[in-house]
Amino acid sequence: MTRVHVTVDGVQYSDDIEPRMLLVHYLREVVGKVGTVIGCDTSNCGACTVHLDGASVKSCNVLAVQADGHEVTTIEGIAVDGELHPMQQAFHEHHALQCGYCTPGMIMQALDLVRENPTPSEEEIRLGLEGNLCRCTGYQNIVKAVAACASTMETSTTARPERSAAR
Amino acid sequence: MTAVDDHPALEIGKARRRKEDQRLLTGRTRWTDNIQLPGMLHLAMVRSPFAHARITSVDTSVATQAPGVIGVFTGSDLDGQGLIANAWPLNEEQKTPDHLPVAVDHVACAGEIVAVVAARSAAAARDAAELVDVDYEELPAVLDAREALTDAVLVHPELGTNRSAFWQLDSAEAGTGGDVEAAITTARAEGILIEREYRQQRLVPAFMEPRSTVVDPTGEQIVMWTATQIPHILRFLIAATTGISEAKVRVIAPDVGGGFGGKLQTTPEEFATLAVARRTGRPCKYTETRSETMVSCHHGRDQWQTLTLAATKDGTVTGLKVDLLADLGAYVAILGGGVPVLGAWMFNAIYKFPAYQFNCQTVLTNKTWVDAYRGAGRPEATYAIERLMDELAAEVGVDPLVIREKNWITHEEFPFTSVAGMTYDSGNYEAATARARELFGYDELRAEQRRRREGGDTVQLGIGVSTFTEMCGLAPSRILGALNYGAGGWEHASIRMLATGKVEVLSGATPHGQGHETAWSQIVADRLGVAFEDIEVLQGDTQIVSRGLDTYGSRSLVIGGEALVKAADRVIEKARHVAAHLLEASADDLRFSAGQFTVAGTDKGISIGDVANAAWRGHNLFDGAEPSLDSDATFDADTFSFPHGTHLCAMEVDTETGATRMRKYVAVDDIGTIINPLIVEGQEHGGILQGVAQALWEEAEFDDSGTLVTGSFVDYTLPTAADTINFVTDNTVTPATTNTLGTKGVGEAGCIASTPAVVNAVVDALRHLGINDIQMPLTPQRVWKAVQSAGTDPGGPSQEAQPHFAEGALNQDPSAGATDGAAQ
Amino acid sequence: MIPAAFDYLAPTSVEEALAALAEGGEDTKVLGGGQSLLPILRMRLNAPERVVDLRRIDELRGIREEGDHLVIGAMTRYSDIVTSPVVRLHAALLAQAVEEVADPQIRHRGTIGGALVHADPAGDVGAPVLALEADLVIRGPGGEHTVPSNEFFVDLFETAVGEGELLTAVRIPKHTGWVSHYEKFVRVKHQWSIVAVAVALQVEAGTIAAARVGLTNMGSTPLRARAVETALQGRPASDVGDACERAAEGTNPPSDLNGDADYRRHLARVLTRRAVTTALGD
Ligand SMILES: Cc1cc2nc3c(=O)[nH]c(=O)nc-3n(C[C@H](O)[C@H](O)[C@H](O)COP(=O)(O)OP(=O)(O)OC[C@H]3O[C@@H](n4cnc5c(N)ncnc54)[C@H](O)[C@@H]3O)c2cc1C
Ligand code: FES
Ligand code: FES
Repeated sequence: MTRVHVTVDGVQYSDDIEPRMLLVHYLREVVGKVGTVIGCDTSNCGACTVHLDGASVKSCNVLAVQADGHEVTTIEGIAVDGELHPMQQAFHEHHALQCGYCTPGMIMQALDLVRENPTPSEEEIRLGLEGNLCRCTGYQNIVKAVAACASTMETSTTARPERSAAR
Repeated sequence: MTAVDDHPALEIGKARRRKEDQRLLTGRTRWTDNIQLPGMLHLAMVRSPFAHARITSVDTSVATQAPGVIGVFTGSDLDGQGLIANAWPLNEEQKTPDHLPVAVDHVACAGEIVAVVAARSAAAARDAAELVDVDYEELPAVLDAREALTDAVLVHPELGTNRSAFWQLDSAEAGTGGDVEAAITTARAEGILIEREYRQQRLVPAFMEPRSTVVDPTGEQIVMWTATQIPHILRFLIAATTGISEAKVRVIAPDVGGGFGGKLQTTPEEFATLAVARRTGRPCKYTETRSETMVSCHHGRDQWQTLTLAATKDGTVTGLKVDLLADLGAYVAILGGGVPVLGAWMFNAIYKFPAYQFNCQTVLTNKTWVDAYRGAGRPEATYAIERLMDELAAEVGVDPLVIREKNWITHEEFPFTSVAGMTYDSGNYEAATARARELFGYDELRAEQRRRREGGDTVQLGIGVSTFTEMCGLAPSRILGALNYGAGGWEHASIRMLATGKVEVLSGATPHGQGHETAWSQIVADRLGVAFEDIEVLQGDTQIVSRGLDTYGSRSLVIGGEALVKAADRVIEKARHVAAHLLEASADDLRFSAGQFTVAGTDKGISIGDVANAAWRGHNLFDGAEPSLDSDATFDADTFSFPHGTHLCAMEVDTETGATRMRKYVAVDDIGTIINPLIVEGQEHGGILQGVAQALWEEAEFDDSGTLVTGSFVDYTLPTAADTINFVTDNTVTPATTNTLGTKGVGEAGCIASTPAVVNAVVDALRHLGINDIQMPLTPQRVWKAVQSAGTDPGGPSQEAQPHFAEGALNQDPSAGATDGAAQ
Repeated sequence: MIPAAFDYLAPTSVEEALAALAEGGEDTKVLGGGQSLLPILRMRLNAPERVVDLRRIDELRGIREEGDHLVIGAMTRYSDIVTSPVVRLHAALLAQAVEEVADPQIRHRGTIGGALVHADPAGDVGAPVLALEADLVIRGPGGEHTVPSNEFFVDLFETAVGEGELLTAVRIPKHTGWVSHYEKFVRVKHQWSIVAVAVALQVEAGTIAAARVGLTNMGSTPLRARAVETALQGRPASDVGDACERAAEGTNPPSDLNGDADYRRHLARVLTRRAVTTALGD
């Protein structure tokens, strides 16, 4: 057992865990952040995407001990006071989800994408999501939602920056 | 009744944003794997690495002693583990091997479960699973369906053969058309005969949520949460095969992350979890890894299609003969041979063929079992006929759209009884095609194609056409009975009018991404005249929705939606009498519209919510009145519904590398009345890409020893956002005449039409090189090899480029006419 | 999906790390970014008893200029390489190739050192490192030594980094002003290279003064296409002739689901021509 201190969605947690525990299992089983899900065992699907110190990672491909002393943001940490984040709102508005299983990872990656490139072209959006698989939507409405959100976040001064980035 | 009710369409047709989104967007979804119960054990499966073996011994002693382990169970430890059933034996003679959830002495495919470890953590269970020592005596395996027909190696020695069942539909015999052999003889002598063999490769459904099951055996009812499309059918089959009383089993499908037919199954994993939970008396959870999904969840497609299309010289089709060899894998799954047989009514598609014969032989092999995958039987049929129609067009020398127009049913001809005996109620193929052509810019793209061809461009352009119809709304119970299916095809709904004016809608259809909560709310809102927001849809729990036949085969809306309408109408009828009493009027004088009962000729009225509240209080009802408006309805259809559409696809083919790139895709579907255009569009996008993926990227491949080599997302190449483009979708609407709402179903349309559209486009791009087929998926290497062989061999593409074209097989006759595949 | 249990150490200096490796012996694994090691551990294809994580060793991270060399610490992440202006300026080929690795999430974690030591022949980092004639700095119990890239890749998943040693840095001679391109061929975007070609060219007065060509997945290690380099050298940039036809010479590509050896040889020729043409700005 190793002791880790990890900040998840703004709350600090200290836990004794086995070093072999994956970050995604830590989030789901120890912290209870079941919004982050697992879709594969080869790190191809992106369903488990979270932000580690503000950058997107596949939490199935990070050990929880590697997050010791760091800050994690999950899909459960981006809506503030029950109000959807603009990216969540855009996914809703543009019907960018069906079964919703890929959605948490898709949104977290989409946020990373617009953080790195606030005015992405359609092609840049598609490339930026290359690590996230969706079997339901054909991606079309996802791409549309990300583009719409990027343009509103660009023009809107009130758009809330993501929590971890805000600190 | 003198007053006439009406139900203004305030919600139906509106692009409502989905009710289910909030929880999915914020990560507050209830996936099965999220469920944790006190004292819950975690299971890990020990699976066979061999495609075919006898289990000589299983030593669990070391694993049992491992830290955290509560028990290790083999098949023989689990008495009463139940059976994995086939619900659709094609006929009495069908050979159906017993399928035990946990194998006892014989495994017939890699990935079969041979032991189950139950431990206090998932990690401990996995650790101990590595310690279970299984001795196998490896047996020869048969992996190729055609080789399996020889019975040289038997998948299940006790059956004595690998042939499971043979099923035929013959139009002459059924009296729905002429004699196909006569049509073929005539065409051979004086017309055109197109003979082809097409391969429908094996696919993995690849829903995104891996399957998971939690069983709680404490309490009076055993509760199973599971990632399934079919909780009601599962409950029935648990009871039927384990001897547990149906009333003691509650199955809950919480939020389910996609299915596409892949979760239309009762699985060994579900039964094993149930057995171990009962055995240990503790809640148990099993969640598979993706690698386990790939090998153990049933696969789809896997057919060899041998086809003969007879036509006159001007391209009028005179007959179609289909011989299918359908690979079932190691077991006959829940639908099993029923999946290819569903195609029987679809090969003739939108056309007026005078003679037709469909033959299907199902065969067992030592591979993962095969069952429904999005479209189930219909994409395979549509692929075959739409490829053939393009071949016919090439043979006649006309545009592929012209050949279709020559043969399709015109809109004046509905209702039309097809050569397969199905009556199509409505449709307008001309309208959908005209719209698709316009959106596509057909003529400009044809002009560009010509330019590139004439200029000898490295990148060639091809245009693929796919016109299709499908049968949706599975299925009228009487027809299912005639086909020997084990259950009915009705659907159930209940409406509960709550005292507060809210409405609970219970539906036996069980969604996994389709947006039922939203669509059902729209339907009921209009029917009852209550607010969309006031409706709560409850589903997926056999204890809440006692009756249901679940979600598959584009049936939810067509069958389940109609049940909702019927239940709502019963609520209104009950309410009418209560309202009449309250308004001191005659029930006959009440008119119901937009949620209000009004008395004709007066300004007196009452809302249905107030009637519900009055009924709940029960203080002031007429004598003998029942203090409830709640109503149930079970709907069984008389016939299917027949959505149709025209899809056009332009593909660029890099002749240097064999790489293909989609340029444009237009889909115009007629799915009848549209409840929610947003949801419809989403279904179309997703369906189209799944079909494109079959054409270009996906195949489940096994090596010579029967190991799945595309066993993870590294090798099973699903497309990403960066591999696809925006599709142009539109709809034409001819309402179905067979249900109140006029809906036809949309869940599978995209995926049925897009596969042949893409392949037709790629073949069209290369046809001038003498290429008339490339096997799916159209990998760059396959395309490149086709181009290579076309370039070097004036006789046409080589056998290597088209390895599925087996000369002399079944109805292939190399001496027949100019259209012999290899010699064109 | 769950690795076998192991002990975990996260030393803060190379010295400590080397000591931990020496003490742990052969059942010890070094953890860089984890993007190749963790999948292996999750699938239980390997089950080390001890994992030594390099994440706390600051000296292994970062990109700096040292005279006419760029020095990239082994633990420098892909994403830092892609966004580095000095890499763009002096070793653009590396940035172009790294941009093609996997996906953004993996690039946020994966390191250049991990990629090189993992030495997957389909990996995208080997070919540009070969083409840029980099030197690899290795430290072990016996001290530090430098291996030229053409001696670094030994065989499938095998490099000059021995047991108990660490790759600490990649030293790349500055290729300022060279034109370059990395051409990767895949069926779907998230795939490893079926074949890829890394090309760097020095053009002087319209003539190709120097040419470097690296090949990905054309053998058990990344390779240099020396025949092409020789054929290109001295040719006018406006007409490279059939120099690229020699791209598959001396290669021994694998055959798998994505293509057989013949097809890969063909791809190597076509992709080399395309990479050269793109690099030359056509
Ligand atoms: C889904 C997916 C897709 C991918 N696609 C691609 C792709 O398209 N192209 C591509 O090139 N790669 C791809 N990769 C692999 C990726 O590039 C890896 O990040 C890289 O190969 C390893 O780098 P790492 O830092 O993560 O190393 P690790 O995984 O930590 O280590 C890899 C190996 O190197 C050893 N090691 C690490 N650092 C050192 C060191 N400093 N000294 C000595 N030994 C060390 C480890 O012990 C281990 O054996 C993909 C990976 C995934 C999961
Ligand atoms: S679960 Fe992490 S990428 Fe699939
Ligand atoms: S919405 Fe179902 S996988 Fe993306």
